Amino acid sequence: MIALVLLRRLGEMVFVLFSISVLVFLIFFATPGADPAARLAGRGASPATLAAVRHAFGLDRPLPVQYALMMRHLFITQDLTSFVNPGQRVVPALLQAVPVTLSLVLGAAVIWLVLAVLVGVTAAACRDTIVDRALMFLSLLGVSIPVFWLGEVANLITQARFHDTWAFSWVPALGYVPLTQDPLGWFKSLVIPWLVLAVTYVGLYARILRANLVDAMTEDYIRTARAKGLSERQIILRHALRMSLITIVSMFGLDFGALVGGGALLIEVVSSLPGVGMLTYQALQNLDLPFIMAAVLYGAVFIVAANTAVDMLYTLLDPRTRPTR
Amino acid sequence: MAAAALLAAIVLACLLAPLYAADIAGTDPFASNLDGTITLAGQPVEIMQSAATGFGVTPIGPTWHAQYFLGADDQGRDVAARLLYGGRTSLLIAAGATLICLSGAALVGVIAGFAGGIVDTILARALDILWAFPVYLLAISLSAVLISHGLQLGPVSINADSLLIPIAIIGIVYIPYVARPIRGQVIGLAQSDFVLAARCLGIPRPRILLRDILPNIATTLIVFAPLMLALNMLTEAALSFLTIGVQPPAASWGTIILDGEGLLYTRPMVAIAPGIAIALTVVALNFLGDGIREAFDPRAKLRINK
Repeated sequence: MIALVLLRRLGEMVFVLFSISVLVFLIFFATPGADPAARLAGRGASPATLAAVRHAFGLDRPLPVQYALMMRHLFITQDLTSFVNPGQRVVPALLQAVPVTLSLVLGAAVIWLVLAVLVGVTAAACRDTIVDRALMFLSLLGVSIPVFWLGEVANLITQARFHDTWAFSWVPALGYVPLTQDPLGWFKSLVIPWLVLAVTYVGLYARILRANLVDAMTEDYIRTARAKGLSERQIILRHALRMSLITIVSMFGLDFGALVGGGALLIEVVSSLPGVGMLTYQALQNLDLPFIMAAVLYGAVFIVAANTAVDMLYTLLDPRTRPTR
Repeated sequence: MAAAALLAAIVLACLLAPLYAADIAGTDPFASNLDGTITLAGQPVEIMQSAATGFGVTPIGPTWHAQYFLGADDQGRDVAARLLYGGRTSLLIAAGATLICLSGAALVGVIAGFAGGIVDTILARALDILWAFPVYLLAISLSAVLISHGLQLGPVSINADSLLIPIAIIGIVYIPYVARPIRGQVIGLAQSDFVLAARCLGIPRPRILLRDILPNIATTLIVFAPLMLALNMLTEAALSFLTIGVQPPAASWGTIILDGEGLLYTRPMVAIAPGIAIALTVVALNFLGDGIREAFDPRAKLRINK
């Protein structure tokens, strides 16, 4: 029974991935307005490049054949090349950048989960007091600040204005240090980007967690817990928080997937971290469409797979999410 | 109330920018001004100043006077005036995108929820797929393609640097976020007693749609409007910062932050000021959104994913 449900989820995943790939294909190859070869080759391409693009993607053949060719270049032979930087293989370049992005997102995720639970629980415990209002205002500020701007302000403070003071003299120059090469350097190079990336999510999660907790406090099982004589602290931590964490965990699956799939690109750009997002950004600067297409599709595959994994985990853990018939 | 007042002030100041900003600044905020000078405290001051090292030039910093109040960017243009014009662009894009998003979502949600059957299945499935496709990846794909060569669709022709491109893209990518809750609500309404009663009375379906369903949907749309505006402001800024939003020579708060990136350590005000403008506007919108939501629907469980 459970195996069947899980299989169905996998089937759905394949369907969604297929649909997304068709959608991306249509955006890049069939948007009306210009010859797709001219788009894919980048600005001001030579006739020879255009001919190479037409040949590589079979642009004189019917759309389904073009789709199959593109998928083969992307996932099977993985030999999709950029026409703006001739000879650059797109897929290996992307895969090489994954550890950087993972380092960034994983560290930020730890920070934002811990801080969001702290802020959310504190605000809910002190609800309608000045503490609650201050924390919720800060959270609102967190979700309202553009993350790339915050990154620039952080650079300004830690790299220039206050770099010579004791507070920030330890911050290394912008860039990435591989974990395997120098663990301490890796940590130092990522602390500021972690914090900047975490700000939005601390705000978002704390707001939702607080709302959930305040809602949960009116539920019957909380009244029962009170009647049993549990302390307010035990009620919040043991009972209310446990239920609210379900929402947080499912949000976390989505957000984590989206960030690793390329959503961290803004912060990678301002912090000069050579991750997947940075490569996408460079491709955007030259309008190197094959590269962008590959980044988008690989990102989408990762995200959809991550979501499916979270879904399946849920089905295993929580019987209520299993479809009843 | 304070949020609404702040928002009104920002919107007015920006929308009316063409009436006064260039006059106060005394220069054209869209023309580079590399050789100009201004008079400060009786002394002529160059707008692009030679660096102490002798290499390159640095634009003038904030003068805190009418001219070059916030200094100049690397083209010698008045940052304060550009901020006002840029805000106009950012607000117009956010408003246009919100309009597209809400009307598109209402259309899709109402059709899917009210028609039911195969139409609903197809539309709901399409929304699910778009939902699984992260907003920024979709926005990046669409922007990169459209900005490379514009759009030509039958008689409609849109230039690559048209503001319509970011407006349409930002509007479209968020449709599933609003359409899904609306579809759910319409399905609920279609099964409600008052709709059932109306159908028993033989009232034609279009009239039920107009009189019974739409007024109920309107509340949801009003609740979503400020939140979508806030989200759209941030999305526009991000796309423009990635060079695939507003195209030069037009300016928006996002493009001005990008202009300021190269001057970050010498003239930080160029990048800082538009960020503060965005944050103020978005905070005000979110406050307004919270207020409206509580006024209309205290038990609402709307969640806007970033």
